[in-house]
Amino acid sequence: MPKITFVELNGERKECDVACGLSLMEGAIQNGIDGILAICGGSCACSTCHSYIDDAWVEKVGPANDIEDSTLELALERKPSSRLTCQVEVTEALEGLVVHIAQNDS
Amino acid sequence: MNPYVVIGAGQAGMQVCDSLRKSGYDGELILLGEEDSLPYQRPPLSKKFLTGDLDRDRLLFRPAAYFDKIAVDVRLRTQVESIDRAARQIVLGDGSTLAYTKLALTTGTRVRPLNCPGHELDNIYYVRTLTDSEMLLQRLASTERVAVIGGGFIGLEVAAVARELEKQATVIEAQERLMARAVSPVVSDFYAKLHRSRGVDVRCSSAVESIVESKQGLLVNLADGARIESDIVVAGIGVLPNSELAENCGLACNSGIVVDEYAQTSDPHIVAAGDCTMHFNGFLQREIRLESVQNAVDQAKVAAATLCGQPQAYRQVPWFWSDQYDVKLQMAGIGMPFDQYAVRGDLASQAFSVFYFRDNTFVGADSINRPAEHMACRKLLTQGTTLSVAQAQDIDFDLKQLAKAG
Ligand SMILES: Cc1cc2nc3c(=O)[nH]c(=O)nc-3n(C[C@H](O)[C@H](O)[C@H](O)COP(=O)(O)OP(=O)(O)OC[C@H]3O[C@@H](n4cnc5c(N)ncnc54)[C@H](O)[C@@H]3O)c2cc1C
Ligand code: FES
Repeated sequence: MPKITFVELNGERKECDVACGLSLMEGAIQNGIDGILAICGGSCACSTCHSYIDDAWVEKVGPANDIEDSTLELALERKPSSRLTCQVEVTEALEGLVVHIAQNDS
Repeated sequence: MNPYVVIGAGQAGMQVCDSLRKSGYDGELILLGEEDSLPYQRPPLSKKFLTGDLDRDRLLFRPAAYFDKIAVDVRLRTQVESIDRAARQIVLGDGSTLAYTKLALTTGTRVRPLNCPGHELDNIYYVRTLTDSEMLLQRLASTERVAVIGGGFIGLEVAAVARELEKQATVIEAQERLMARAVSPVVSDFYAKLHRSRGVDVRCSSAVESIVESKQGLLVNLADGARIESDIVVAGIGVLPNSELAENCGLACNSGIVVDEYAQTSDPHIVAAGDCTMHFNGFLQREIRLESVQNAVDQAKVAAATLCGQPQAYRQVPWFWSDQYDVKLQMAGIGMPFDQYAVRGDLASQAFSVFYFRDNTFVGADSINRPAEHMACRKLLTQGTTLSVAQAQDIDFDLKQLAKAG
């Protein structure tokens, strides 16, 4: 299981084991990470699972898909490293990934 | 002080608890639910979950540890029998009582049952709860033919899954077009064509007379004399609000628990949110009952704010989605009823939006495989930005820019 580090809004870093095949959003929720709301349950409709991929990882994780790119328009503060975590599938290649949770509660 | 109690452990109930804690309520909090699962997502029940590709654990909104963390005492398999408002206590199924300081009703809806002759036969399925969907999933494995009664969102999503699983599928709709309550004729026609092109036998203006058992399975007899042979029937003919608890204790009800813009019922100690409410919607400026994730979440936040004495009016723009095959329908605002509409994009390429206007005001849009337009519409409606019919149908007019400009 890849280890993923989630950095919560208050700066706290939490290293978690996330099973391959789950989305980053599911990994965060199962591990009790604060700040991911995911009210649409991963249907790419709400943008309340918004996070920033750590700079060192942006290329490896890749850009948002089409639907996601539009949904990100709703995000509070979009950056080039923005992704909706429900749209990122965890694979072995993401071992060591660092994800910064964005402000999702308006 | 007695606890705050939330009745109904669904999406709205969970959100009320979450928002209460975020707003700083730190007293005792109890979430009561009659089902045997922690709060879970219903949307996948008629979509991905039915294909068998999604574990039931993945439907949960939050793991059990989360409720411990925010100190919510979740009591599952607990049915509330009645509310004694004078004594400010509720009576549970086992006869015990529970006193409350404040109460939130998030009891949702239940399916409207078929009432034609034969409605009580075996092999008739509904899709509301996880248990419903698990039973249907299991039965689908040994099913060749599926007759869906009701051409609304849920019925059509089930028909789409049935075709993806290579079953025969028939959709029987009493109205003259699909999803008639929610979308315009343009969108209904698009979906009728889509389902037919994927091999569904779509029958509109078809009332079900009766269902009978035959040697080969079930026979659905239609008013026009047609008979549909099938192994199972899946009925998706709408829902009924769970408002009996409220009615029986004298709260105002009218096809749902009546609440104002602040999710307040006619009792100052009781709020209600989600599918079960007939609410005054600040965005629409009228009373409505909405059945959607958006409404469950946003109205629950309003209800929690009211309980915390920080009232904020419910003004959020409604939105909804439905997945059928690889086609994503996204709805912003409430387009019905409308007096003018504009189509943007190309129906044949399965990527277009239909914009609805009432008294020259843009009131809502249905987007088919057009997420960017859907999002722009949500922004435009939220901001109250003026949009004309001509702008809407001009594909070169930059909607996103208009939405950004505010
Ligand atoms: C198959 C399906 C597909 C859907 N697809 C979509 C979609 O694509 N997009 C979308 O936006 N919405 C969709 N919805 C709608 C969405 O799921 C609902 O709007 C949402 O679940 C409403 O949440 P709620 O908390 O108000 O009600 P519910 O989720 O129904 O929760 C209410 C809970 O209260 C419990 N309860 C009731 N009475 C009592 C009592 N007396 N004592 C104890 N417990 C009680 C019920 O058992 C239930 O668990 C779908 C719904 C279904 C069923
Ligand atoms: S969970 Fe809603 S967009 Fe990711």
